[in-house]
Amino acid sequence: MSTTTSAPSRGARAAAGTADYLDQRTGIGTAVKEFARKIFPDHWSFLLGEIALYSFITLLISGVFLTMFFVPSMTEVHYHGPWPALDGVEMSEAFASTLRLSFEVSGGLLMRQIHHWAALIFVASIVTHMMRVFFTGAFRKPREINWLVGFILLILSLAAGFSGYSLPDDVLSGNGLRITDGVVRSIPIIGSYLSYFIFGGEFPGHDIIPRLFTVHILLVPGLILALIALHLFLVVLHKHTQYPGSGRTNANVVGYPLFPIYVAKAGGYFFIVFGIIALMGATMSINPVWNYGPYDPSPVSAGAQPDWYMLFLEGSLRLMPGGGTEFVIGGDNGFTVSLNVLVPAVVVPGVLFMLLALYPFVEAWATGDKREHHVLDRPRNRPFRTAFGSALLMAFFILVLAGSNDLIATHFHLSINDITWVFRILFFVGPWATFVITKRICLALQRKDRELVLHGHETGQIVRFASGEYIEVHKPLDAHERWLRVQHDAVRPLEIEPAEDSRGVRRPGYRKDRLRQRVSRMFYEDRVEPVTPAELESAHAHGGGDHDSLGSVHQEHAQVGASAPAGEPAPTGGGSRLVAPVDETGDDVRKK
Amino acid sequence: MKALAARRHDRRAPVVLLLLALLLTGALYAVLAPTSADAAAPTATADQVELGEKLFQANCATCHGPDATGTDEYPSLVGVGAASVDFQVGTGRMPAQMNGPQVQAKPVQFDEEQIAALAAYVASLGPGPSVPTAEQVDPALGDPASGQSLFRTNCAMCHNAVGAGGALTQGKYAPNLWSTSPTHVYEAMVTGPQSMPVFNDATLTPDEKRDIIAFLELQGDGSPGGIDLGSLGPVSEGLWAWVVGMGLLIGAAVWIGARSS
Repeated sequence: MSTTTSAPSRGARAAAGTADYLDQRTGIGTAVKEFARKIFPDHWSFLLGEIALYSFITLLISGVFLTMFFVPSMTEVHYHGPWPALDGVEMSEAFASTLRLSFEVSGGLLMRQIHHWAALIFVASIVTHMMRVFFTGAFRKPREINWLVGFILLILSLAAGFSGYSLPDDVLSGNGLRITDGVVRSIPIIGSYLSYFIFGGEFPGHDIIPRLFTVHILLVPGLILALIALHLFLVVLHKHTQYPGSGRTNANVVGYPLFPIYVAKAGGYFFIVFGIIALMGATMSINPVWNYGPYDPSPVSAGAQPDWYMLFLEGSLRLMPGGGTEFVIGGDNGFTVSLNVLVPAVVVPGVLFMLLALYPFVEAWATGDKREHHVLDRPRNRPFRTAFGSALLMAFFILVLAGSNDLIATHFHLSINDITWVFRILFFVGPWATFVITKRICLALQRKDRELVLHGHETGQIVRFASGEYIEVHKPLDAHERWLRVQHDAVRPLEIEPAEDSRGVRRPGYRKDRLRQRVSRMFYEDRVEPVTPAELESAHAHGGGDHDSLGSVHQEHAQVGASAPAGEPAPTGGGSRLVAPVDETGDDVRKK
Repeated sequence: MKALAARRHDRRAPVVLLLLALLLTGALYAVLAPTSADAAAPTATADQVELGEKLFQANCATCHGPDATGTDEYPSLVGVGAASVDFQVGTGRMPAQMNGPQVQAKPVQFDEEQIAALAAYVASLGPGPSVPTAEQVDPALGDPASGQSLFRTNCAMCHNAVGAGGALTQGKYAPNLWSTSPTHVYEAMVTGPQSMPVFNDATLTPDEKRDIIAFLELQGDGSPGGIDLGSLGPVSEGLWAWVVGMGLLIGAAVWIGARSS
């Protein structure tokens, strides 16, 4: 950097020498140049994924420390240490080493708590990041694969969390393992074999802690690291999406260069994330295993729940009625099918997660859209998607609440039986109501946008003309405001070719097309289309002369129109749609 | 042999044998079972009993009946013992404020002398568990490690792993035990108030009860890890992870993402 100055300092010369040494041997200069100039768009919600990345780094750092002291063994020992309530108690070495880590190793408890808080934040930030990606439509072509990579990362983070909190071998984690055992056993026919395979014999056995240790410190983090690398590589390859706004198109990225702006912002944000997690680890107790005591299959304490990201599974199990749901298949010596576990613990989460993973593909199919998208949607402009995502979140949220039903009962003085029944009904009604309400809110917001574009802001000023006529003065939107509200496509349901051609011959593939059309109608039947230039024109012509006589709308509109040629790649993003309001979406399919 | 076999077939033999077996069981039980009678009120003076009876007539008889034998809806107090009265009145549960899923603790309505008098009166109606001595409930004499393992297998399923409380069916609940006095904890174990089962001296010996008290004495004074978040387990941890953790982190993200100009 400072090599061009007349008298470089010693430090600068040393840095330049090192950089040159590296560049000559690795050619790193090209990569640094490329990356340093890479442009990223600026928005706080693009930092949510970074929270996940940084909390994962925090997990790796604190996790390495923990492995130095944790003993993954189920050998029975007698604990002797500073915690009076467990002195002399028989327990596994895993639990004893966790206590030693907590009470005797310097900084051990802090590291344990940082690790556990970081784990909760890790999954929470993945979910939040995923919500941002979902509701803004960032998963659309070309990013569908990266959505799947992210989805697998979510599942892996659940696996990492679960295998981790089972390691200390306390009563609570043992309860969790017992539920896992039950869930595995509920899988028809192969369940009991799978359980023996996982636990190395009858539950709990002596193998599960060492096995979980390998999964937790080697297998899952290795996979997560590899997939994070792929995830970030794809972000660089696709370039980052950006929010709509004037000047932003599918062909550009508006933002700041990586160096120095984002190096500083992202680097600084790492320290903020680490700092907040460390602060939580230092001040807030988490997973106090000494409260739960060493695992023994018989006791289960009140308030036995998993970490929050597994709570939906607990809730699902708590909601399912038990009676009359078990039967035996395959004769007298057949296999028990336990629907009271299979449905809530395997089928319900399976369906919810599949919907999440496959949604981008279903939407692309229903939209008939093969174009690349680098400009994000405003959630209101895709009412079906926004409503569907909210409904899915509501389903998870209700399950999470159902998993906490005992705490809701004690803290709000309610009957746990009533709460459970309310949640049973809400699990079916809640997502549906959320869908309907969210969709209506989206459509209403779109109508408000139309209203604003056509009539401008209300100023609250009433003018009386000499003739006695009153008008309310509306202040027209400026070009940026208007562009934000009209830039999106009007997505319409797919049109399909008729069932028979002109000679009355049945067209192959018609039934498939008809299904696709039905799904497409479900997505896009109810819609509010953005204002077209013609509508804007007529709104101003009609009474515009009176209403907006104080503004200069016609002039502005003319400018917008002039700035954008009618070609498809709008160079400035300034109003090609306004000039040529053809219905573009789905065109390629319809003309096929 | 034949004669013996014939006599054994007497038709009344099973009945006689059954009666003998019942008699034997009863006798054995009487000898081996822990007697609660030996814990009868030790030093109840006649004055106390008299004062207690007056208080009872004024405050309790409406529900429990003028002679404490109970009414259709409310239990008889004959034989519940002084420990039961000391617990129920000493924690403010009695006299009950209202009907509900469960009688709740509230500010105590009587002073110690009055409670002792009431206890003496109820104890005079029939033998029952008495108020434990100071030594029986001294946490310093108990072993908290034994107490925790007993608590885990006998109490934690309702009261939570460290006695923070938990939910029962139909709006009933197991209360938090952190501010319950050792005496009241002991009395609750021997009398089994409301939904709680009785843990008599055969289930938990007096020493074991004291161990549990010693364990409970260590709870509720914060956690080595910092703020204990109510000691409610992963749900409260998850809530705070979202509220504090994600709240601060998203706040910081908005701050960083804000345009510098």
